[in-house]
Amino acid sequence: MQIIQPHYHAIARTAQDYERMAMSGVVAVAEPAFWAGFDRLYPQTFLDYFRQISEFEPTRAAEYGIRHFCWVAVNPKEAENPTLSFEVLQQMPEFFEKPTVLGVGETGFHLTTKNEEQIFEAQVEIALQYDQLLLIHTPHLKDKVRGTRRTLDVLKNMNVEPGRVWIDHVEEHTIREPLDQGYWVGFTLYPITKCSPRRAVDMLERYGNERILVNSSADWGPSDPFTLQEAILDFRRRGHSLQEAIEIFHNSPCRFLGQTPKFDIQPIRVEEAAV
Amino acid sequence: MLKPREVLDQYYLDTRCQLLEIAATLDRYDFAGQGDNAPASDQRLEQIYRSLDLLSRRDTATDRSERLLNLYSDPA
Repeated sequence: MQIIQPHYHAIARTAQDYERMAMSGVVAVAEPAFWAGFDRLYPQTFLDYFRQISEFEPTRAAEYGIRHFCWVAVNPKEAENPTLSFEVLQQMPEFFEKPTVLGVGETGFHLTTKNEEQIFEAQVEIALQYDQLLLIHTPHLKDKVRGTRRTLDVLKNMNVEPGRVWIDHVEEHTIREPLDQGYWVGFTLYPITKCSPRRAVDMLERYGNERILVNSSADWGPSDPFTLQEAILDFRRRGHSLQEAIEIFHNSPCRFLGQTPKFDIQPIRVEEAAV
Repeated sequence: MLKPREVLDQYYLDTRCQLLEIAATLDRYDFAGQGDNAPASDQRLEQIYRSLDLLSRRDTATDRSERLLNLYSDPA
């Protein structure tokens, strides 16, 4: 089955991941800009990072027949340094010209601070100004409810089109409000501590597959890109059809990301062979 | 051996995750049983709830794992 990994931090992963993903049916990944595990000091470091994910990483993925797309942003953790953040944001729009840059992400909240909010709002403004898609990070653990609500408040006060915004890392206690307000939501699957593949399938069964993206955890911390395939296996083992799986794990990313013409992978439909 | 606080430092998030998996499994069971699919009584479900009762008691000896395993064992 063909799979799209819509949230994949390739720079933190080895080529072996690409090889195994290719062998398991992954045809494309999308890499949001994120925290590198330490706070960067110089705007140039971000710009080189944006070059890495928009110029170099597609060539590494292509070795395995995988399309690589990316997003650019100052992540919420480093938004705590507004001076640095604004310097980066001044030059960030240049990267929207790149053929594989899909939009602004991941921005949003980590600890839901004033500085984070200021930089988040600035990046929403940039996305609107340059007609870019938005990918929004929500906090992972005890601050998730507060951070998600604040995200929705910020977006409500700006003239965003909810269908062009993906609010990521939702779980059972934060999925309803963004969906009800017309946003896309994402589940991020971890081997331990956060949303699990089985719980993701539970939410798919409960909320359907409209405007829901499923992505694995794939970063420099404890994470596993194949949690996505675990979810697909669990989904199929519960009796859902191949086409239903394709709708969620391939076609939904096509529909959201395909709002920018740079993402040109089309939804697919399997046909029953005539007997 | 770890100090009490260090046990939580090291295992709190794992335990939170495991509890969520239990909650999700029970939700899945109840969700599946809605409508015309009302489940017949099942001894395994009773065992799970008895386990949760046991785990919810704080003033107990440090043999919870052993007692849970006995709960899931055939009589000797």
